[in-house]
Amino acid sequence: MSMTRREFAQLMGLAGAAGMLPLQGFAAKKQPGELYEVPNFGNVRLLHMTDCHAQLLPIYFREPNVNLGIGNAYGQAPHLVGDKLLQHFGIQPNTLEAHAFSCLNYESAAGKYGKVGGFAHIKTLVNRLRDSYGREKTLLLDGGDTWQGSGTSYKTRGMDMVQATNDLGVDIMTGHWEFTYHQEEVLKNIEAFNGEFLAQNVFITEDALFEGADEYIFDEDSGRVFKPYTIREMGGARIAVIGQCFPRTKIANPARFIPDWTFDIYDENLQELVDEIRENEGVDAVVVISHNGMDVDLEMARRVSGVDVILGGHTHDGMPAPTIVKNNGGKTLVCNVGSNGKFVGVMDLDVRGGKVHDFRYRLLPVFSDLLPADPQMAKLIDDIRAPHMAWLNEELAVADELMFRRGNFNGTFDQVICDALRKVNDAQVSLSPGFRWGTTVLKGQTVTMEHVLDQTCLTYPETYVREMKGSELKLILEDVADNLFNPDPYLQSGGDMVRVGGFDYVCDPTKPIGQRITEMTLDNGEKIDASKSYKVSGWATVGARSEGADIWDVVGDYLRDRKVASIDKLNTPKLKNVAGNPGLTEYS
Amino acid sequence: MMNRRTVIKAVATGGALIGAGVLMPRLAMAAWNTDAFKADNQGAAMKALLGAEPSASSDVSLKAPSIAENGAVVPVTVKTSATNVESISLFVEGNPTPLVAEFMIPAGTAPQISTRIRMGKTSVITAVVKADGKLMSASQETKVTIGGCGG
Repeated sequence: MSMTRREFAQLMGLAGAAGMLPLQGFAAKKQPGELYEVPNFGNVRLLHMTDCHAQLLPIYFREPNVNLGIGNAYGQAPHLVGDKLLQHFGIQPNTLEAHAFSCLNYESAAGKYGKVGGFAHIKTLVNRLRDSYGREKTLLLDGGDTWQGSGTSYKTRGMDMVQATNDLGVDIMTGHWEFTYHQEEVLKNIEAFNGEFLAQNVFITEDALFEGADEYIFDEDSGRVFKPYTIREMGGARIAVIGQCFPRTKIANPARFIPDWTFDIYDENLQELVDEIRENEGVDAVVVISHNGMDVDLEMARRVSGVDVILGGHTHDGMPAPTIVKNNGGKTLVCNVGSNGKFVGVMDLDVRGGKVHDFRYRLLPVFSDLLPADPQMAKLIDDIRAPHMAWLNEELAVADELMFRRGNFNGTFDQVICDALRKVNDAQVSLSPGFRWGTTVLKGQTVTMEHVLDQTCLTYPETYVREMKGSELKLILEDVADNLFNPDPYLQSGGDMVRVGGFDYVCDPTKPIGQRITEMTLDNGEKIDASKSYKVSGWATVGARSEGADIWDVVGDYLRDRKVASIDKLNTPKLKNVAGNPGLTEYS
Repeated sequence: MMNRRTVIKAVATGGALIGAGVLMPRLAMAAWNTDAFKADNQGAAMKALLGAEPSASSDVSLKAPSIAENGAVVPVTVKTSATNVESISLFVEGNPTPLVAEFMIPAGTAPQISTRIRMGKTSVITAVVKADGKLMSASQETKVTIGGCGG
């Protein structure tokens, strides 16, 4: 089924009239037809999604109130939150866009505008954006983190998302959490994927090559495991698309699942590749679909020349406009399109004679109430979920306050996870990874097992309880803080700060490693002693597999017992030297 | 043209042959500079091995990851455009004994080495090329992290 623009607009109007829009004010201010009305520009349209984390259905997702920029990143996109973000991008407060891009008035606005994302709704939007422009002139690119993040992706080892992206018509993708399945499964999923999986920066280890990995890798001479780039002819132009996987996959996630592959940024290899493509392939534009994270993409754009557009992901930054980076070769546009299926980026390019002459960019929020579900995708999603409904739908507790994760430090849902680890595993303190995925639950909503899985579902969910010295705890916090706040983007890893339960600390993000974390203090007021041992519980160990119960069962037990999802105390650090940082709002 | 796999196999076989040579260990031991390899600070190790500290030079290229995937086996490659290269040595400043390896480059051999080194913590890696009696170096910091918590 493909809709014309007119039919689409009419349908949108009907949706409003039929009461699908919760409030009249919203409908009056912004006609949905207008919201999704993107004028055609140029001759090439790139549609971009990333980091959906296997969210097939519409969800709530609150943007962060803490996303600090340190060093050169201070006050620059993407390290802007709240009013500062709106001002930077010229967005009017108290509008649909303000709600989509910022955390301001989150609860009331979420009640008003409803859920976001959902593959059936994304598909309707993507089809419209393709049909209105001309299908043969559009590409749909997915930055990865697609095969992980839900109960169904866990049960099907990512294959549910391969089916969904096939139905959506994703042309090209790259990856990160895709590599948290065993390497044979990754290859099997890529085989089943109808589009192309690209990665210039994943190489075979020499040990594996010696053992015969040349049977399956893309190119034995370069050692590349996957195809590095593809050329697409569209709108009278030749477009090269290069894939860039998350370079820290074997550090941030278990290396044991993918023993034979090695990752890094490899910007020198990228430069060689860009130069070769420009010289030999007769292309008019070079695009990189990247999972570096936005800070790394910005730095890579400074170092590597000849790339016209970087379509980025990983750091979940929904940026309403690209950042334009000047470099030796001219300039590179760097985009990042948020997470959880909340946004679709539309990059229209005027490409002629070996050059990008101009562009128009829109980051469209996917408001599920405004976009009818595509029936074929809705059916596929129903089929995928059907065998698992009893597990997903179990009602665990009622949310007594807004439950969210995203932000540099503990969100309320993280606190529930940390509290559950301490209570169920009888530990003094707890640690939980600072992932940026995980959806939002509104106050009064029932927290289901599916919500818990949204926050916890990965392929190494086992929990642990063990004794740790105060000095070890401090080392962990310092190490993770450096992965987040190191002023050199190439030394960051893109997650947020490790979440903690049972103690507080003081954090000065502007200091070097070893000096950021001070005054670690237990909830009872006792200072954490470097030489004393503490009983610590945590989950998602990347080194060796832990022995304990899966984290979602620990949190499930805790919530079933408690019946109310709420927190007694949020273990967020007291911050130093960041007063006035535009990446901080409503933080106390 | 040999493909990558054949080259690796050839190199591995060559290595095994050398290792099997009875005289090799004794020869190697004779050249072993105990003071340099046991020195617990980089300056002393460089002096003991090379007689002096090197100067940074763009003629030396050192390739190492900015963040190590595994601190126990960090891949390092050193190349140089210098001629008459006698040796290439590697130092990790933060290791308990900073001198990691010294490679003797026989005349007529391309001056390029690749190896894996062990690093206990984040540190600067320095490669020193000795050529025509001159000491030239390149340095890079490689971060060693406990990992986890990816977004």
